[in-house]
Order: sequence, then C-alpha cells, then structure tokens
Amino acid sequence: MDRGRPALEAIRHFRPSSLLWLPPLLFLGLFYFYPLGSILQASFARGEGGPAAAFLEALTSPALRGVLWFTIWQAALSTLLTLLFGLPGAYLLARYRLPGKSFIQALTTIPFVMPTLVVAAAFNAVLGPRGWVNLALMEWFGLDQPPIQFTNTLIAILAAHVFYNTTIVLRMVGDFWSHLDPRLSQAAQVLGANRAQALLRVTLPLILPAVLSAALLVFIFDFTSFGVILVLGGPRFATLEVEIYYQTIGLFNLPLAAALSLLQLGCTLGFTLLYSRLSLRVTRPLPLRPRTFTQKGLHSWRARLTASLYLTVLVVYLVAPLVGLAARSFTRLDPERGQYSPVARGLTLDFYRELSINRRESLFYVPPTTAVAVSFLYAGMTVLLSLLLGLPAAWALARQPGGALSRISDPILMLPLGTSAVTLGLGFILALSRPPLDLRASPLMVPLAHTLVAFPFVVRSLTPALRSIRPRLRQAAAVLGAAPHQIVRQIDLPLVGRALLVASAFAFSISLGEFGATALIARPEYPTIPLAIYRFLSQPGALNYGQALALSTILMVATAVAMLAIERFRIAEIGEF
Amino acid sequence: MSIKILLSTLVLAVILTACASPAATPAVQDTPTPTSTQTTAQSLAVMTHDSFAISESALAAFETQYNAKVQFLKAGDTGTALNKAILSKNNPLADVFYGVDNTFLSRALDEGIFDPYQSPQLDAIPAEFILDPEHRALPVDYGDVCLNYDKAYFKEKGLLPPQSLEDLLKPEYRGLLVVQNPATSSPGLAFLLATIGHFGETGYLDFWKGLVANDVLVVNDWESAYYTEFSGSSGKGPRPIVVSYDSSPAFEVLYAETPIEEAPTAAVIADDTCFRQIEFVGILKGSKNRQLAEKWVDFMLSPTFQEDMPLQMFVFPVNPQAKLDPVFVQHLILPEKTAQVEPEEIAANREKWIKEWTEVVLR
Repeated sequence: MDRGRPALEAIRHFRPSSLLWLPPLLFLGLFYFYPLGSILQASFARGEGGPAAAFLEALTSPALRGVLWFTIWQAALSTLLTLLFGLPGAYLLARYRLPGKSFIQALTTIPFVMPTLVVAAAFNAVLGPRGWVNLALMEWFGLDQPPIQFTNTLIAILAAHVFYNTTIVLRMVGDFWSHLDPRLSQAAQVLGANRAQALLRVTLPLILPAVLSAALLVFIFDFTSFGVILVLGGPRFATLEVEIYYQTIGLFNLPLAAALSLLQLGCTLGFTLLYSRLSLRVTRPLPLRPRTFTQKGLHSWRARLTASLYLTVLVVYLVAPLVGLAARSFTRLDPERGQYSPVARGLTLDFYRELSINRRESLFYVPPTTAVAVSFLYAGMTVLLSLLLGLPAAWALARQPGGALSRISDPILMLPLGTSAVTLGLGFILALSRPPLDLRASPLMVPLAHTLVAFPFVVRSLTPALRSIRPRLRQAAAVLGAAPHQIVRQIDLPLVGRALLVASAFAFSISLGEFGATALIARPEYPTIPLAIYRFLSQPGALNYGQALALSTILMVATAVAMLAIERFRIAEIGEF
Repeated sequence: MSIKILLSTLVLAVILTACASPAATPAVQDTPTPTSTQTTAQSLAVMTHDSFAISESALAAFETQYNAKVQFLKAGDTGTALNKAILSKNNPLADVFYGVDNTFLSRALDEGIFDPYQSPQLDAIPAEFILDPEHRALPVDYGDVCLNYDKAYFKEKGLLPPQSLEDLLKPEYRGLLVVQNPATSSPGLAFLLATIGHFGETGYLDFWKGLVANDVLVVNDWESAYYTEFSGSSGKGPRPIVVSYDSSPAFEVLYAETPIEEAPTAAVIADDTCFRQIEFVGILKGSKNRQLAEKWVDFMLSPTFQEDMPLQMFVFPVNPQAKLDPVFVQHLILPEKTAQVEPEEIAANREKWIKEWTEVVLR
C-alpha cells in the first residue's frame, strides 16, 4: 500500500463498475449542485458578513435553535409512529395471501400524492371544528363548543405525517419481507423459540435493512415538512423548511435563508451517514424466495380477525377522510347559510361538468383531461429518468458498498430530498435560465425536478434487493460461462424485478403529488392536477370549492388506477420468479 | 418481456410530450421562428405571479394589433415571483414584470429591477394610485383586504356586524374572528397594516392584545381561514368573521352552486377597517424588446385589459374609464377611506412589525 502514489493506487484498483456512478453523478452535478451552488452563492453575496455572519445569526438566535430542535424531534416522533403503524401492515401484506391485496396497496398510495390543502380539508371534515365527530359529540352531550381541538395542534401534524408516509413503510418493508425465507424463523421456532422471540431475534434483524431505508426516507420527509406544518400545524409551529420560506419570501433575508438551507442539508447528510453505518452493519446476503413460497393463507379465525381488524383501521385511517371529500364532490349542498333561494339537495355532477367549461374564456383554463394527461406524462418521464439513473447507482452501491466512490456518493444521493424547495426552485431559475443550460419555460424542468426527489427512493428501493443477491449465484453463472450482461439479465434482473416495480410506483406517485417545486417551474398552460386544484382553492365561491374537490377525486382515482396498473406489470417470470 | 413494454411505453410518453407541447421550442428566446408565414411575430415575455389571468380574447386583441406573441412566466406567489425577478436581474428572464404590490413595492424599487416608463395611459389614472413618481412601477389594479362576515349568523343572533376595528374588542364579538398570519399570508399582512394604519405604531399592539383576549383565531393561509374556519363559505367553519377581500361576496354570487340573488356574506367597508393592495407593472431592466414592452404596459392600463381583469383576477381597475361588470355594480361596495401605510414605511418596518406581532399574538 505504501508503495505506489494514491492516484496510481486508485487506477490500479479502478473497477469498471465505478463507471456506473457516472450518469447519476453527472445528473446530480448539473441539475442539483449547479443550481444549488448558484443560489447559495448569490444569497451569501447579498449579505454583509458573508456566510460566517449568516451562520452565526442562525446558530445564536434562540428562536431559530428552537425551530431546529422542534424540526428534529417532531420528525423523529412522526417516523416512530409511522413505523409502528406501518410495520404490522407490511407483515400482513408480505406474509399472507389476502383477497384484494393489490387494491389495498393501491389505496394506501393515494394519501402520498394528495396536496396538503386537500388533506387538511379531509381531516377537517372529520375532526375539524365542524367535522362530523365534533358535531356528533356536541349533539349527544349538548355542548355548544366543539370538544375536540384538532387543527393547529401537534397531534394534527403527527397524524398527517403518518397519513402521508405509511405507504413508504408498507411498500419498502413489505416487498422485502415478502421475499424473506420463512424457514429461517420456522427453524428458530423448531429449536424452541416462541413466536415473539423468532420475530425479534430472527426476522427483525433480517428485515432491518429495509426498515432502516424506509425510516430514513420517512424521517427526511418529516424533517423537511412544509405544507403539513403550515396548514395543519398553524402559526405556532415552524420547521426549518417553513423558516427558510419565511426568511426568503417574507423578509428577503437571503443570507440567513441560505445558512438555514445549508443547516438543513447538513442534518440530512448527518442522518444519512448514520443510516449508512447502521445499514452496512446489519445487511447480509439472504436467500430470497418467490412470494408463492413465502406466503400463506390466513387459517385460524383469530388470525383472520386480527388481520381484518388491522386492515380496517388502516383503510379507514388512510382512505376514509378522502372518500368523505369525494362524496362531497358529488353532493349538491349549499351550506346552512343565507337561505335566500330554495336549496336543492341531492346528488349532482355539476362540479364535474363545470370543470370542462371555460366560463370566463380564461387563457390559462385547463380541461381536467389535459391536467391528467400532463400529470401522467410528467410522471412517466420521472419514472423513466429516475430508473435510468437509479439503477446504475443502486447497482454500484450493492456491488461495492465499501468502495470509496460508493461511500462518498451514497449519502450524496439523499441530499436532494433534504433540500428546501424554495431554495432549489430559485436555484433552478437562476442557474438553468442562462447559457450554457437555458431550460427556462422548457417542459423538461418539471420531470427533472421530480426526478431529483424520486431518485433517492428508487435507489433505496433497489439497493436492499440488489445487496441480497448472493455473490455465489453470480460466480456460479460466471463459472458456467455466462457473460456479464447475461448474469445481469438472468440473475440480477429476475431477483430485483419486484423492487423495480416498487421503485417505479414511488417515482410515479412522487411526481403525481409533488407541489412545492412544481409550482415554481411549471408552465401556466400545463399545470399538473395538484396545481389545478390549488387554483380553484385559492378563490372564493362554492363552485370553486366544489371543483377543487371534484379534481381531487379525479386525482385519487387516477392514482389508484396507475398503482394497480404498475402492480399488473408482473415483469413476467421475474416478479414472481 | 413486459419490462420492455413498460420501457417502450415510457419512451413513447417522453416522445409524445416532446411533440405535443408547443413548449418544446423555447418561445422565450427572441430568435424569429422560421415557420411563421407573413411577418415574423415579435415575442414578449411577461413574468408574473400565480393569480394572474387574462381572457383569450383580450390577449388576442393585443397580439394581433402588434403582431406579437406573449409568453407568460408564472413564478409562485407574489413574493416568490418578485424574488425570482430580483435574483435574475442581471440576466432578466422576461421583458415585463407584473404583480408587485404596495407591500413589496419598495423591495422592487430598491433593487432597481425596473426601468422608468411614462405611459400615455397614466394621464387617465388617479394620482392616489401612482406611488412611484419616477414611473418605474405603474399601477394596474387594486383590491381591498376587508373583514367579511356571515350574514345569516348576524341575522339569526340579531347582532350588528362590526363597524370599526375597535368593535372587534367588544364582548359580543368574542371568539368570532379568524385572521391570517402576516408572516405567511398576504391578506394577513394587509390586515396587520390596516391596524397599524389606524392605531399607529404606538397603539396597534395594544389592539392585538385585546383581540387575543377576545379569542381571535390565527391561521397561516387565506384558504384555511376562508374555507375551514369561516362559516359564510362552503367549508362551513365555526367563525362568522374573516379577513378576506371586499370582492369576496361578489364571487360568492358569481360562483354559487345554485344561482343566488344575494350574497351570503358581506364585507365591512367602514372607514379605516380595510387596507388597499395596489398591484404594479414595470419594464424589466435589460429587456431586449423595450418598444413592445411599452405597448404591453399601455395595454395593461387601457380599458380593454382593465375591463377584462375583474372577472379574471378578482381585482379592480385603476383606470376610471373601464366599466365594471354588472355583478360588481350590484354586489361590490368599495370602502371610502382605507387605512394608509406608505410603502417605504412598510419596507423599513416589515420585519420589526411582524416580530412584534408574533411576540404578542402567538407566544
């Protein structure tokens, strides 16, 4: 080692698989680091004392320290709750053959894509001051004030975070778990362990890599939470992301905003490094099994009862509030206010009909079909881009987890998730609107931005599966004369087929639901569904409210259909090898 | 096998978007398009905020008259859009910026993003709207942030709606009002400014202390305030008084589920209870198409656009020659005297006022 110079050493140790890092790192360099660097530089340049002064201000202000602390602990608590709620579901979906399983999975994805304002409206319809729970309690007990205070509380924030992110746990952990050989825990039980011991000592350590992956993603989502905090948490709560928005837009204190952005990034990096260390320690190659082999039916009545009880809670929690809104979009119901003209109650399609009419012949009017088509096209492009970039990255990570490039690149991949949408959005405008890369008003901006968010999900979904491929399988194939590309096709791809589907589902739904960055860069003539919903909600009038709900319903249905379609891609013999 | 289908579907999707959207050819660049037939249309880029809207016919009137193609770049809410314009001022993304209001005006002028332009249309516009004597930012429209109330509630309780800001401190209005956080919401900031305009810098905090004692509710955004908490909207909230716009009742009529004759809500327009937001347009420094940009500014101030605007954007014309749609004549009453705070004062004190307000109201 001490002989050659390091550069020579690196060349000698260079493996062709390091080239796999080229496309993802190039992409991140161009569409992440370049815009981010530009905005940070421009921001700090506006301050008098440079970055140091801004950081000093960020770290010495007790209010901002409070914000940082709140951001961390609410994210940790939200993540814990999401895991507790999601893991039993992952187990059920992984280990048992259930009727309508893919339907349940598709339904649980819907919350993930819904705009915050719609989710807030949904929660309020149930738990708000005039929600049906409060109204019922007031009627039963003859109260004049709503007994349950939900909006503007910490509970609302936690409930919304669990609502949004449970699907991440279900999909990531569930799909990994479904390929785990059940004989391992059976063996433990034969050797005298009880079921709880087998679960804790055998199964849990084996699925830990997937649990950690899911937990990291959920944590970073909660850590950078914006809409939920603003709309459901109310003005008494602020995360770093909210503070960055306020400093940037409200006060135009760009140096401080940049310092806070970097602080948020630093935390993301720290958490990711922690994750990497943990995950390397707990990951081992595993014999993965086809699902037909690992899954069984629910036989005893007790198992059936428990399972149906849990699934009912899951579906009621994740879907019922939204279904309430969907029902409202079909109801003619002028509320009990100014009864100045006869009110016709009953079912109506008026809101849907109204969606297709450009009453004010507005230039920016968009028919719902166009909004759906635009959303789907962007989502399709995001899937394609993030798979093209994510596969090589995941491959490299799985093959050489200890390699220098992998060790550096792995945490870097997660950074876009931890980056403030306002900061990056402004960076996009600043950096990508001038030569050499003039993309302003290009429809490519949106899928590029979505890919930044989807890409870490793709990598995290694929890496545990790829890592679990036993090297010996590949060696055996090589010994038997298979060329490298044949090994990839015949061994790797079949084994990760399922994970590819999960990755695509994530990329698709992230793109469908993304709001913050899209609002900054989408062209007004081509809004996505969430943007179109927001347009209606920002205007007074019952018809506007109804149309927002109608469009939200269309988004729910479109998401469920897309998720079912992705489930249908059985990647032939691969998915179920 | 099916992975190939998946991939080819996606590739197809990409190709389709590329073909389907006219945006694939960046229209912002002012290189003439070789395909245009007779004379090449000049292109003009207008940067604006989310709420901007215009009717197809109004735009067509401009485009045919000047043989121009206008592209709109929308860039988030007012503050975000302005920040984008400021950050890109050395390499302007557009020729014209529309949408900076009097709460942000000083930021725009201090940053020097606009070139002055004395539009001939300015002669028709009342002096009260012209806040920049150098004509870098020209007034286009205004809207008043006012208290709105649920008529049915007050009728049922036999209660009079509040007639002044002081009224809100009375016990009969306890727990009725919902306002927005001035740090995150533009009507919220406007209402805070109304209280500063009325009570002055020395008295406004005491007023807010009184509001807190009278159980005011603060939410972060207009949408939550109006649709979740306000009882007069279709969201059926619990509180009958909300901070919104003087135009909101007209829109409740215009966008009613079943046609109604009278609005279910009304605005309080008593003296010194409203704050007037005026929006401005300006030609961006470094515009490559100054002449056409001037024509666009003239157009925005002319009756054609000024009459188009109210039904598209919920704001009202500064040009008195513009005629209002009957729905506004019937359902809109404008305040005679709004609370005043000068833009320079807002710029100088914005952070301080919001901080003080936060200390008193939220802590």
